[in-house]
Amino acid sequence: MTSVEVEDLLRRLAPRVLAVLVRRHGQFDACEDAVQEALLAAAMQWPAEGVPAEPAGWLVTVAGRRLTDQWRSESARRRRETTLAVQQPYHELLTPDPADELDRHVDDTLTLLFLCCHPEVSAPSQLALTLRAVGGLTTEQIARAFLVPESTMAQRISRAKQKIKEAGATFAMPAGPERTERLAVVLHVLYLIFNEGYTATSGPDLQRVELTAEAMRLTREVRRLLPATDPAAGEVAGLLALMLLTDARRATRATPDGALVPLAEQDRGRWDAELIKEGTELVEQTMATAPLGPYQLQAAIAAVHAEAPSTEATDWRQVLVLYEILDRMTPNPMVTLNRAIATAEVHGPRAGLDLLGTLAGDKRIAGHHRLDAVRGHLLELAGDRAAAHEHYRRAARHTVSLPERRYLEQRAERLK
Amino acid sequence: MKFLLIMQVNPAVLEALTDAERESIGNGHAEFMRLTQESGEFIGTQALADPANTLTVRGTGSVPAVTDGPYLEAKEYMGGFYLVDCESRERAVELAKQIPDTAFGGLAIEVRPVMFSAGFEM
Repeated sequence: MTSVEVEDLLRRLAPRVLAVLVRRHGQFDACEDAVQEALLAAAMQWPAEGVPAEPAGWLVTVAGRRLTDQWRSESARRRRETTLAVQQPYHELLTPDPADELDRHVDDTLTLLFLCCHPEVSAPSQLALTLRAVGGLTTEQIARAFLVPESTMAQRISRAKQKIKEAGATFAMPAGPERTERLAVVLHVLYLIFNEGYTATSGPDLQRVELTAEAMRLTREVRRLLPATDPAAGEVAGLLALMLLTDARRATRATPDGALVPLAEQDRGRWDAELIKEGTELVEQTMATAPLGPYQLQAAIAAVHAEAPSTEATDWRQVLVLYEILDRMTPNPMVTLNRAIATAEVHGPRAGLDLLGTLAGDKRIAGHHRLDAVRGHLLELAGDRAAAHEHYRRAARHTVSLPERRYLEQRAERLK
Repeated sequence: MKFLLIMQVNPAVLEALTDAERESIGNGHAEFMRLTQESGEFIGTQALADPANTLTVRGTGSVPAVTDGPYLEAKEYMGGFYLVDCESRERAVELAKQIPDTAFGGLAIEVRPVMFSAGFEM
C-alpha cells in the first residue's frame, strides 16, 4: 500500500478505534491522544512493513498500550495501584458480535462527532477537534490547513478536550430535541470546515490538506450513518448537495494568479458536470420528501445557477422565490443582500436598491463590505456610475480578504 | 481570523508609572500570554525597541533617503504587538481588553485584522 492509501485507510479507521477505547475507558482526552500516537506509528510503519491483517485491531492494541503505559507511569508517580483490567486483548473489543458491530460503529462515529462539536467548545476548537478525532488528521496537517503554528493548533485541541471534560460530557448519543440541536451544530461545523477550505485566502501551499474534500467526506459519512427517518436527514443531504454544487465551480472561481472571478464571468463549460449532477439530483430528491430547511434552500439556489448556461439565462424568478423563503425561514441581512441581487434581476435594479434600504440601521451588517459591494453592483446596473464607483471603493477598503479587495478595486476602476 | 493587537504606547505615560504599576503590567503580559497560549489563540508577540533607535528609509522618487527617527513624529508609537488567531472580531476585542495596558489612561491597543500572512512558522 502507498502512503496515500495508508493515510486514507487510517482516516477511515480513526473514529472507530477511538470509539472502542473511549467506550472502554471513558477518558476521551487521554484516549484521543493515544489514538493519535497510534495513527502516527501506523503512518510510519505500514507503508514500509505492510498493513497488518487486522489494521483496526492493530491500532486499538497499540493505542491501548500507550494508554496503559501512560497510566502506569502516572500511578507509579503517585504511588497508586493501577486498577486496569488488561486481561482481555484490546482488539477483541472491536468484534464483540458481528451482528451489532455495524450498528455500534454507526453510533460511535456520530457520537464522536457530537462530542467534538460540544456547545461548550468554541467554534475554532470544534473544527480542529473534529478534524483530528473524527477526520483522523494530524495536528500538523490541521495547523497547515488553518495557517497557524502547530503549537497553537495543538493547544487549541487540548483546550477543546479539557472543556469537554469540564462539561462532564459522556460518550453517549444525545436524545430527543437535544440530539436535533446538537446535530445542527455538527452540520454548522462541517459547513465551516468546507468554507475555510473554499475561501482560503493565503498563498498556495502544496502540503495543505483539502479542507473542502474533508468536509464533504465527513458530511457523506454523517449522511450514511444517520437513519433516513431522522428529522434532520433532509438538512444533512441539503448540506452535502450545497457542498457538491459549490465545489463544482471551484476551478473557475479564481484566475491562476488568485484573482476572484464572479459568478457572472465564470467559464461555465469548466464547471464539474458530475458534481453538479450528483448535487442537483440529491437536492431535488430531498426537497420532494424531507421537511424544508436552510441548507436545502441554499443548495437549490446553487442548483439553479449550476443548470443555467449564463447569468442572463438564469431562472432568476426561481432564485428569488427561494431567497424569499430562506429569508423568512432564517431572517438574516446576508440573505437579504442576496435577495436584493435576485430582486434586481427580476424587477430591476431600483427594486433591489429599495430592498437594500431596509437594511439601513441594521447593526449586524452596518459597515460590512458586502453591503457596499452589492449596492455598488446595483447602482452600476442602474447606470449610476459615480455612486457605484464610490461604493465599490468603500467595499474594497472594508474587506479583509486580499483577492476580494483586488476584485472590488478592479470593479471600481472600470467605472472611473 | 488573525488579528494584530498593536500596543500603542505613550512614553510620558510609561515614565510616570510607579514600580508597582510597571510590575503589574509585566505580570499582566505574562498572564495574557499564558491564557492565549492555553486557549490556542496565540501565534506570536514582539516588543519593539524605543523609537530613538528607529531609522526611516523614505521613498523620494529616485534614491531612497535614510533619516534618523520614526516616519511620523508623534506622542504615541507602536511599542509591540500580539498576533492572535481567534473566532471573531468581538473575541479579538475581548482579548485586547485583557492586555494590562488597557488599565492605564494614555495607553491603547489597536485591533487590526490580518489580510495575508506568509513566512511565520505555520
